[in-house]
Amino acid sequence: MAANYLHNGAALAQTVIPLLSWAELRQHILAEVEAGARLAAFFGQPATRERARLVAILAHPGEGNLSAWTANVDKSFNSLTPDCPEAHGFEREIWEQCGLKPEGHPWLKPVRFQPPKSASPGADKTAPIQPGVTDYFQMPGPEIHEVAVGPVQADIMEPGHFRFQCHGEMVYHLEISLGYQHRGVERALLNGPHRRSLHQAETLAGDTSIGHATAYCQALESLAGVQVPARAQALRAIALELERLANHTGDLGALAGDIGYLPTAAGCGRLRDDFLNLTALLCGSRFGRNFLRPGGVGYDVDEARAGQLHDRLQQAAKDAASAVALLWNTSSVRARFENTGHLAREAALDLGLVGPAARACGLARDVRHEFPAGLYRFCQIPIATFHTGNVFGRAQVRWLEIQRSLAFVQEQLKALPAGSIQTQLPQPGASLAAVSLVEGWRGEICHVALTDASRRFAHYKVVDPSFHNWIGLALALRNQQISDFPLCCRSFNLSCCGHDL
Amino acid sequence: MFDLLIARWRQGHRTLGFPPAEPVLPDRFRGRPEVEVAKCPVNCRACSEACPTQAISFDPKGVKIDLGRCLFCTDCEEACPQHAIRYTADYRLAVRSREHLAAANRGLALAQALDDQARRLFGRSLKLRQVSAGGCNACEADLHALNTVVFDLGRFGIQFVASPRHADGLLITGPVSRHMALALKKTFDAIPAPRLVIAVGACALSGGPFLDHPETLNGAAGTVPVDLFIPGCPPHPVTILDGLLRLLGRRAEGQPPA
Repeated sequence: MAANYLHNGAALAQTVIPLLSWAELRQHILAEVEAGARLAAFFGQPATRERARLVAILAHPGEGNLSAWTANVDKSFNSLTPDCPEAHGFEREIWEQCGLKPEGHPWLKPVRFQPPKSASPGADKTAPIQPGVTDYFQMPGPEIHEVAVGPVQADIMEPGHFRFQCHGEMVYHLEISLGYQHRGVERALLNGPHRRSLHQAETLAGDTSIGHATAYCQALESLAGVQVPARAQALRAIALELERLANHTGDLGALAGDIGYLPTAAGCGRLRDDFLNLTALLCGSRFGRNFLRPGGVGYDVDEARAGQLHDRLQQAAKDAASAVALLWNTSSVRARFENTGHLAREAALDLGLVGPAARACGLARDVRHEFPAGLYRFCQIPIATFHTGNVFGRAQVRWLEIQRSLAFVQEQLKALPAGSIQTQLPQPGASLAAVSLVEGWRGEICHVALTDASRRFAHYKVVDPSFHNWIGLALALRNQQISDFPLCCRSFNLSCCGHDL
Repeated sequence: MFDLLIARWRQGHRTLGFPPAEPVLPDRFRGRPEVEVAKCPVNCRACSEACPTQAISFDPKGVKIDLGRCLFCTDCEEACPQHAIRYTADYRLAVRSREHLAAANRGLALAQALDDQARRLFGRSLKLRQVSAGGCNACEADLHALNTVVFDLGRFGIQFVASPRHADGLLITGPVSRHMALALKKTFDAIPAPRLVIAVGACALSGGPFLDHPETLNGAAGTVPVDLFIPGCPPHPVTILDGLLRLLGRRAEGQPPA
C-alpha cells in the first residue's frame, strides 16, 4: 500500500500526500473511478485569493482503503463533471467556497449561497444574501408550466426550494436549490477542536447525531493516534444502529402516511418513538446527544440496562414486523409504491449515490461492509440491496435493514466486551490528515480533518450523504406525476441542514 | 383485511396518560439543572469555562444557568470538582419571557396562560404553522412525535397546518439562519393577527450551538415577537406539550417531579 493510502478511521502525514498537477490528478481520478473507486470527498483549501489546494479523497471498495491526492489550482480548472458526474456537487462547492471555476461544468450554480471564503478580505459583507436567486433550467413551450415550492413547505420539514417543469401533471424536470439552513459549521470548526465542536458535529444533522458524532470522534481519535476501548466501540455501534432503526421505522410510517395508509403510519410512528426512547435509555437524550465522547462514550450500560434494552427491542421487533407486513400485503400500497420514483442503476452509479437510495438501485454500497471501522471490523451486517430503484425498493431496503439492525443490536447486547468506556485523548498530531467514514442511516458520512503545525484544524470537511443524493431525487421525479413528489421525497428522506452545513 | 384487524388489535391503545398523569421519563433524562451553590469553591469557574454556549455566568448570589442557551449536555457536570451541578427530572421548562430563563437553576417562572380573550380565541383550537429556520431536524423530529398516537396532539385541539393563512401562530425551530430570515418574516406576516409565536429549542431561543455565528441571527426573537420559549436541545415532546398546554391555560401548576 502506497504511503498516501489509508484505512477508514486512520490518519497520515500531509507530507506523504502526492501533489500533482490538476491535469494529472484529473486523469488519475477518472481512471480510479472507472476502476470502481468513489469520490468520497473533493474540496478546496483556500490558500490566497483565487488560489487553492484541491484535495481529493478516493474510496476504493475493492481494496477496502482510501487514498488522498492534492493539486494546486489558480483561478480555474478543467471540470471533472462531464466525464465523472459524481463530482458535480463538489465542483460547484469549490467554485462557491474558493472562487475557482471548473471550466466546462455543465450546470455551475451556487450550492449554499455562502460568500466565498477566500475572498473574505475584499468581499462586501453587507451585500444582502439572496438564497434561491439564481438561474433555473426552463422548458420553453406554451403548454409547459413551472411550479415553484418552498423554502417554507407544507409540513414540518426543513426548507428547500423546488422548481418543477411540468406538462399537465407530468414532471419533465425538477431542480432543487438549497442553502437555507446554512449555519457555517465548517467555518466554525476551523482552528478547533473547540468546546463547541462536538456539539456542532451532533447537530450537523440532528436526526443523525450519532452518525456525525461518530465520524467526528473517529477523526479526532485517529489524529491523536488512540484506539477506543472495545466496549466503547460496541456501544457506539449499538447507538448507530438504534438511530438507523428509529429513522427507518419512522420513514416507513411516513411513506404509509403519504399514501393515506393509516394502520402502518400509526404503528410505525409509535415504534419510531419507542426506538428514540431506547436511545434515551442509553444516555438520556432521544437523539443520542452526549452519548459519544472523543475517546469513547459518556455512558456505560450495565447488565440490567442491557437486559432491558434487549427485551424492549424484542417487543419492538415483533410490533414492527406486524405493522410493516401490512405494507407488503396490501395491494393498494404496492400499487402506489411500485412504478413510482424510479431511478436507474446506471444513474445512481454515475452520480455517486450512497445509502439506502443507492442500495435500492442494486448498488452494494455500505461503509460498514466496504470500509469497516470500530466494531464493524469484527461483526458484519450483510448489505441489504434491492433491484427496482423505486419507492418500493427504497422501502424494502429500509425494512431489510431494520431486521438486520435489530438482530445485530440484540446480539451485541448479549456479548458486550468488558473493560472501560473511555480512553484519554491526547492532542491531535501536527500536520496530519484524517478521513473518517460512517454509514449513517442515510448513507455514507465522510469527515476529513487536516491539522496544522499547531495541532489545530486547518481544514474540516463534512460530506453528508444528502450531498450526494439530492440529485437522485431530482432524477427520480422525471416523468412522474407532480402529486407523487411528497412520496418520492420521503422515500429518499434527505437532510437540508446536513447538506447546507 | 383480517391481518389488518389483528395488527390493529395488537397495536392497542398507545396514547400517554400525560396529562394529567406524570410522564415516565428515562432515568438518565436531563431536565432543569440545579446547582448546590454552597458547594462552589471560591472563585471556581470550571463550569462556566466548560460550557460550550456560555450559558453559565456568576453574580453575587453565585452561579446562574441561562436555560435559553443550555444544550443540556454534561460538560459542566463533568467539569465541576464538587459535583455541585446536577440535572433534575423536571421536564417543565416553558416560560413566557426570555429573561425568565436567565437563572433557571434558582427556579423557573413557568409559562402563564394567555389572557381570557386570547384563550377564547385559541384555547380549544390552535393551528400552528411550523418553520425550521436553520433547525437541525431534531426539534422538528420531536414535533413530528407529538403528532403520533403516543402524544396525540390533536386531542387538545392543537394541529400543525400547511398554510400560514390557516394558522393562529408560528412555531419556530432553528437559530434563524440568515438565509431563512426573510422567509420566516414573510410567513409570520402571512398569519392573520392576533397570532402567537412559539420558539422551540436552544437554537430558536439563543442560537444554541451556533450562538454568535455570523451566518445565523441568534434565535427567533430578533425577527419576530416570541410569546412562548421552550428550552432544550431538543426539548422532550412532553416539555413541548407541557408548554403549549400551559399557554392555553389547560395545565395547572403541579408539583415538581422528584
